[in-house]
Formats: sequence, C-alpha cells, structure tokens
Amino acid sequence: MAQSEAATIVETGAEAAAHGGGSGFNIHPMDQFVVQPLFSDGAVSIFTVTNATLWMAIVVLATALMLIVGTRGRNVIPSRAQSLAELSYGFIYKMVEDVTGRDAVKYFPYIMTLFMFIVLANFLALIPGSFSPTSHIAVTAVLALLVFFGVTILGFVLNGASFLRLFWVSSAPLALRPILAVIELVSYFVRPVSHSIRLAGNIMAGHAVLKVFAGFAGALGVFAVVPVLAITAIYALEVLVAFIQAYVFTILTCVYLKDALHPHH
Amino acid sequence: MEGDISTLGQFIGAGLAGLGSGIAALGVGNVAANFLNGALRNPSAAASQTATLFIGIAFAEALGIFSFLVALLLMFAV
Repeated sequence: MAQSEAATIVETGAEAAAHGGGSGFNIHPMDQFVVQPLFSDGAVSIFTVTNATLWMAIVVLATALMLIVGTRGRNVIPSRAQSLAELSYGFIYKMVEDVTGRDAVKYFPYIMTLFMFIVLANFLALIPGSFSPTSHIAVTAVLALLVFFGVTILGFVLNGASFLRLFWVSSAPLALRPILAVIELVSYFVRPVSHSIRLAGNIMAGHAVLKVFAGFAGALGVFAVVPVLAITAIYALEVLVAFIQAYVFTILTCVYLKDALHPHH
Repeated sequence: MEGDISTLGQFIGAGLAGLGSGIAALGVGNVAANFLNGALRNPSAAASQTATLFIGIAFAEALGIFSFLVALLLMFAV
C-alpha cells in the first residue's frame, strides 16, 4: 500500500515536471541511502567497492589532506588551512582534557580521529548528489562498538575487577544498591545502541526531510519556490546538526572513557 | 485498501512508538531551557558548562531514540 502511494506521488511529480518541460522527477526520500556497487551491477559482498566505500575513502583522504596541509606551514600568523587544523586540534584536545581529565590525553589521537571522520563525513554528505556514510547504522554501529569494547577492555585492564564497582553505586543506601546495579548494568549495555543510532538517525532523518521537500518542489510546478526556500532553511539546520552530532558522539566517547579511567562514583 | 490485520497493527504500533521521539523532544527542550535559565543568571559560569549541556541533551535524547528504534523495528524487521 505504501509503495503504491509513493508511486502515485512520484507519478504526479513526473506529470508536473512534464508540464513544466523539465525531465521527470523521480524522488523517493530513501533512495539516496541505497548502497550500490560502483563497477558492477551485481550483488554487494564484503569486498565490493560501493558508493559507501568511495565516500568513506574520500572522507579519510579529505581529513588527511586538511590536517597535513594545515600543519605544514606553522606560521605565526596562520593561513586559513592552518587555523582550521589548529582550531579542530585545540577544540578536541580541550574537550578530552575537560571532560575526561588530564590522564586521558594519551587516548586523544583516537578521539581526534573519530571526530574528524564523523564531522567530515557529515559535511561532505551535504554536497548535493553525494552519499552519507554516517546515515547507515552499519557504519555508526562499528564506530560505537569500537568505543564500547575499547572502553570495557581498557576498564578491566586498568582497574582489574574493581572496574565492576562502576555498577555498585557506593553513595546510595545499601538497600537500593542491588536495584541500581541492575539499572546501571542495563544502561551500560544499551550505550552502543543509543550512541550509534543517535548519529545515524539524525543524519538519515535530515537527508530524508530534504528529499521529501525536493519531492514537493517537483510536484508543485511554479509554486516550487516555497519548498525550495524551505530546503534552504533546512539545509542550514542540517549543517548545524552535522557538526553537533559529531560533537555529541565525541563528547560521549569522552564520558564513557572517563568511566573506564575512574570507575568510582 | 487491502492487507491483513497484523500489518495494520504493525503500522499503528510504529506510529505510536514514533510518538515517543516527539516526547523526548520535550525533555531536550527542558534541558536547554533550564540551561538558558541558569546561564542568564550567571553568564560567566555558562561557557564552562556547555559540555554538560550537550551530555544532558544526549542522555535525554537517548530514550527518544529507543522509541524511534522500536518504530523502525516494527516497520522493517517484524
């Protein structure tokens, strides 16, 4: 039923476009997230080069380029590239220091890598016609699970069995502690779920909304000015969301890392 | 309009679960409003607490994400 409705919307869009003399509009909000092989049209296996792998590679190259070019000059008065690299470095460094503490600075490279990958993936996904890797739960779940397993293993390596005191809230009354332990345990294991779906859900929903409004523009003919203006406003919001979600992902990584380093409430 | 009763229940359930995401927005707004409340009373302390603001927003949002997840599961996995 949903499909036939979508087909009707697409048809009316195509009709309106045909009246306007343009080519047919075939906008389905979720089509932009389809993972397609680049060099063949067969099934996608684990080693197939797809648009997702292409855009993740572009993100990695862009990160490397930005930071290498930015840190090459080291002028006293920084160029734009240099100040961009220095600003992002200082921003994450200060975040790690403030949220996790000074002893967490040795884990800074990983957190910086996470932030740069996510923020550039989000920003490059806003280029029209590109593909957004972070809109896929498969991508964000890997990032979140790496943090989850890394933090858990680190907690046990650094603290031994006393890492389990994280779940035993010593500031609560004794009778409440077993109940709190269950709640803490559940919330600990739910962390990678919310950590990954927050990022993927925000990016996916934002891009889907843009495409829904693009569909309106195709169906409205001359009055397409209204949805186009709305798209412009939503696009500005999406630029903000792209940065904030990368920031939230990184700061939550810092919070989880803090639990591993100092598991005492 | 055809389809079986379980599909109907699935879609209604997904819609109801989606309400939870909207209610989580109330929580996020509450966090931001209270932050602004405190920040305007003591602006010099506000800048150091933005990290706390985002952590609070993230935790409030997490439960909305679970209802969104339930909606997704009902739509695509059941």
